[in-house]
Amino acid sequence: MKLALLSDLHANERALLACLEHAKTQGADQWAILGDLVGYGPEPEAVVAHCQRLAADGATVLRGNHEALAITPPAKPERQGEFTARWTHERLTLSQRQWLAQLPLTTQLGSVLLVHASVNDPEQWRYVEDEGSAARSLQAATLAHPNVRFVMGGHVHHQSLYYRGQGGALMRFSPVPGVPIPVPAHRHWIATVGSVGQPRDGDTRAAYALLDLGKHQLTFWRIRYDHAAAAHAVRTAGLDEALARRLESGR
Amino acid sequence: MKLMEPGTELDGFRIGECLHAGGMAHVYAVSYADDRASPFPMVMKVPRMTAGDGAENIVGFEVELQMLQVLQGPHVPRLVASGDLIHLPYLVMEHIPGQSLQQWLDERQATRTPVSVEDIVRIGTATAKALQNLHAQNVCHLDLKPANLLLRPEGRVVLLDFGLSCHAHYPDLLAEQMRKAVGSPTWIAPEQVVGVRGDPRSDLFALGVILYEMATGELPFGNPQTQGGLRQRLWMKPTAPQRHRPDLPDGLQEIMLRCLQAQADDRYPSAAHLAFDLRHPDQVQIRGLAHQGDGWWAQVRRWLWAAGQQYQPSALPAQLQIREVPIVMVALAHEDVSEATLYSLRAAATRTLGNRPGARLAVVTVISPHASSSTDSDRSETTLHRQHLAQLQRWAQPLDLTDHQTSFHVLESSDVAGALLRYAQGNEVDLIVMGAATHGLQLQRLVATVPIKVAMDAPCTVMLVKAERPFELLGSEE
Repeated sequence: MKLALLSDLHANERALLACLEHAKTQGADQWAILGDLVGYGPEPEAVVAHCQRLAADGATVLRGNHEALAITPPAKPERQGEFTARWTHERLTLSQRQWLAQLPLTTQLGSVLLVHASVNDPEQWRYVEDEGSAARSLQAATLAHPNVRFVMGGHVHHQSLYYRGQGGALMRFSPVPGVPIPVPAHRHWIATVGSVGQPRDGDTRAAYALLDLGKHQLTFWRIRYDHAAAAHAVRTAGLDEALARRLESGR
Repeated sequence: MKLMEPGTELDGFRIGECLHAGGMAHVYAVSYADDRASPFPMVMKVPRMTAGDGAENIVGFEVELQMLQVLQGPHVPRLVASGDLIHLPYLVMEHIPGQSLQQWLDERQATRTPVSVEDIVRIGTATAKALQNLHAQNVCHLDLKPANLLLRPEGRVVLLDFGLSCHAHYPDLLAEQMRKAVGSPTWIAPEQVVGVRGDPRSDLFALGVILYEMATGELPFGNPQTQGGLRQRLWMKPTAPQRHRPDLPDGLQEIMLRCLQAQADDRYPSAAHLAFDLRHPDQVQIRGLAHQGDGWWAQVRRWLWAAGQQYQPSALPAQLQIREVPIVMVALAHEDVSEATLYSLRAAATRTLGNRPGARLAVVTVISPHASSSTDSDRSETTLHRQHLAQLQRWAQPLDLTDHQTSFHVLESSDVAGALLRYAQGNEVDLIVMGAATHGLQLQRLVATVPIKVAMDAPCTVMLVKAERPFELLGSEE
């Protein structure tokens, strides 16, 4: 089984299609969308439609904090994500919003636990951004699901893999794109797979990961797509200029 | 797991003789249980402990599996199969015929035969080559010692035991927050003592200890049993090898001491550079490492340093650095060569070295074997060589070679292109710089000239330099 893990699509249809296409050539036969399908980006209705089709074919789709925002946009927006929430809300159909609202926060697929942010109180949208927060998420996961070996999430827009070193504490590893990393199932692993639609590490390429549960290998990928066209679409849609520049710089 | 009796079957393999009973694992000769022929002899390595015993040392076994699954080439044993790490851990791999360097050294020790300079150079070069191959695959061995080096009958060295190794693109399972020394006390590099894992130059330090051991029969830093003893190598200078063995060539002593520098930055930048010096010990620049820091002030400084334990390990090189410190070969023709061509080659060499800090320069020419005469002393082989060497040195004289180790080589062959190609191949040259035409252009249209042949078959990048006029002559004609 090869499970493609895509997170933080952020209404960027070009990036999503590029990652889906690539994962197919890599032999992906199962799909998981780890939340934040919308927000920031110019194509929320198209991206949600793609995810609905994937779900109909058996993909797991999770709810992220930006789904919550788009369903009930804040009356007094303060942060950038909240400003686009109203715009996104209006672009989505009622049935799309209802579909997003019923998506789960976590899903277990055998030894894999999927989540948007952190497994400890997932609706708090905690960031798994260092060894400590990764350890808390992993602990919550293994307490609730003793046979879970892999916790896969997004939310932080970075690709990281955490594992236990010799001392027993979690260690952070920054993966090299395209290198299959051995992840034997007698260990616990917790990863953030990066963002498909809005990378923030200075690299404009879309990010996703592929977990091969037969060979026990995890590969983090970075995929080139037409990010200039995506930035242009942000401007045409009348969204904040900073969001367009973010796609152009990857920051 | 306990020792298994010959004839026992395990996961499709039939256990044969126990070849090695180490502290951590048993190694058995094995064959397929269904009597299927195997393409090469096989051994099975079975750890004494299993993860089920709660043993931590199974991690080394897991690391070795990680490495063997991806390593390729003639310097590592091929992996055949592996068992489930939790319930039935084992590795089946290629059985490499040959003797370990430890066994080879023990034999010499038993008969009190000193290791010849030729053998030091031969085994050292073969090991450096194996390391270079390993490092190019993004792996540092980190437990290099004579027992882990197998001497193949045909001269190659095979590296064994990857239980402490580190892959630059994998999570380091042996890493710890509280950094501790991991390695064998005799050969461990100073940066490993303070917990730095993943510097390929740590392997060059270990090879330095091995070379020292082969040459002198002594260990440069002993076999420390305590943390304090282990830390001595952070600041202590080893006794110059010539003090133990006066007939050791200066070049070889310099090579060993450079490998044994406490700071990784002060060692060779890569195994290829070390191999190059080992192949040409007479061309090694003697920088006086044997006498460096003998003054009283340097001594005092070292004591202060040791007391304060201020050792700062060098920053880990980006893996790419292995390629970024290349070996550049300039091939010069010695006849039919115009001043303009020599000038242009010099300009090209200057540019090439200018943007490759630390790059090594090898200046090479090929002379015909018929040029020398055994009767005429002016044309005797050594005189001819000396003349050509002087010519090469004259060419290089205007170059700024600070920070670039340079050597000069006169090759003898009637097949110029072949000789250049063999040299480039054998010395892991990264870039060949040569003139675009060594003969008239008319002829070049008809036959493949030396530069064309070299460019077609070279194992690396080739820069063909067109003759340009020296600046001051520009515009004087046409």
